Amino acid sequence: MATDYRAILTDPLIRQNPVTLQILGICSALAVTTSLATALTMSVSLTVVLTLAAGIISAIRRHIPDSIRLIVQIVIVASLVIVIDEILQAYLAEISRALSVYVGLITTNCLVLGRTEAYARHNAPPAAMVDAFGNGLGYSLVLIVIGGLRELFGKGELFGIQVLPLAEAGGWFTPLSLMLLAPSAFFLLGGLVWAVRSLWPAQAEAPEHTPPLRNEPAE
Amino acid sequence: MSDLWSLFLSAAFVDNMPLALFLGLCTFLALSRRTESALGLGIAMTGVLGVTVPLNQLIHDGLLAPGAWAWAGLPDLDLSYLALIAFIGVIAATVQLLEMVLDRFFPAIHAAFGVFLPLLTVQCAILAGSLFMVERDYTLAQSAVFGLGSGAGFAVAVVMLSAIRARLAYADLPDGLRGLGIAFVLAGLMSLGFAAFGQMAAGQ
Repeated sequence: MATDYRAILTDPLIRQNPVTLQILGICSALAVTTSLATALTMSVSLTVVLTLAAGIISAIRRHIPDSIRLIVQIVIVASLVIVIDEILQAYLAEISRALSVYVGLITTNCLVLGRTEAYARHNAPPAAMVDAFGNGLGYSLVLIVIGGLRELFGKGELFGIQVLPLAEAGGWFTPLSLMLLAPSAFFLLGGLVWAVRSLWPAQAEAPEHTPPLRNEPAE
Repeated sequence: MSDLWSLFLSAAFVDNMPLALFLGLCTFLALSRRTESALGLGIAMTGVLGVTVPLNQLIHDGLLAPGAWAWAGLPDLDLSYLALIAFIGVIAATVQLLEMVLDRFFPAIHAAFGVFLPLLTVQCAILAGSLFMVERDYTLAQSAVFGLGSGAGFAVAVVMLSAIRARLAYADLPDGLRGLGIAFVLAGLMSLGFAAFGQMAAGQ
């Protein structure tokens, strides 16, 4: 059976986006997006961890006893996260401090466990890694959009470089400091979800009180 | 004593886990559709955080911190990089134990918690409680208070959100905003409200 790698890779970008549709990995998506640099670091770290974890778990999927598979998966993910964390502390000390505990929290990021649980456990390593990479990219896309918006309007900067001339420095732009605070992240992500679901109406939730027919992610 | 009380208040309101620090949002949003399940989740969170944070504090100080093995003639040993795996193990074991104890002695409470207990193993807020404890160097008493406070803050927030969402079930929202979208906007508004607690703390 031929596996359609292109569909596996591109589906999670928007149509099946892990953040806006599957409600996975939101915690870190909001916390690290005050600037583009931290958002980008987080995206890369998560994509690497997710891809490697999916590959490893998929490779040994026939040897993991069902009853302890969650523990096994968590230990594999935690080991990978420790490696990433040590690398960040060694080479990107400043960003690593800004990310604080959120790098460690990749371990319990529902996106990682959600994908290994839902996909890597039943598929061969190449397909599992492509799926994980696609989901990582979908997550990165959301992080970069939100991180870019918040940094642009909150400080008038992108990657720490002044893009909009500040009013204090003779320009016209007055920074919206609300953009750097917690509430704006919620509003932006809510708006993003709204925009995506208006463009792809199939994603809108049913009007009833009942939850939609999909497996709720086991966080 | 008053220090511990103010730590409790700041953990519960100023540094509210879901609304100020974005922790545990997945369950925060997924389980706030109904008030009963939100209440069950809140109580379970408080219990698990109140147990695991001080437990992990003991493990971190006794086994992992730099110099913890000085008594065994290994003063240079620094195992703190193992903290993540150790904490996750402790959390998973505590949750399992709690579930077994509740099932054996308090079946009614166990039935009320239902599926939430096992879910908590991989709740970001619970692991974050332990990681914050390390980052801020809490003592045993402080970490117990911090754990209980964060859990209580989470419970308050999730119950309030579920109450608002229950009212909104009858609102006529735009299609795309229904469900997840409006939940984010609500959380944002609540987060604005909770930001006021931060101002009160700063104004004291």
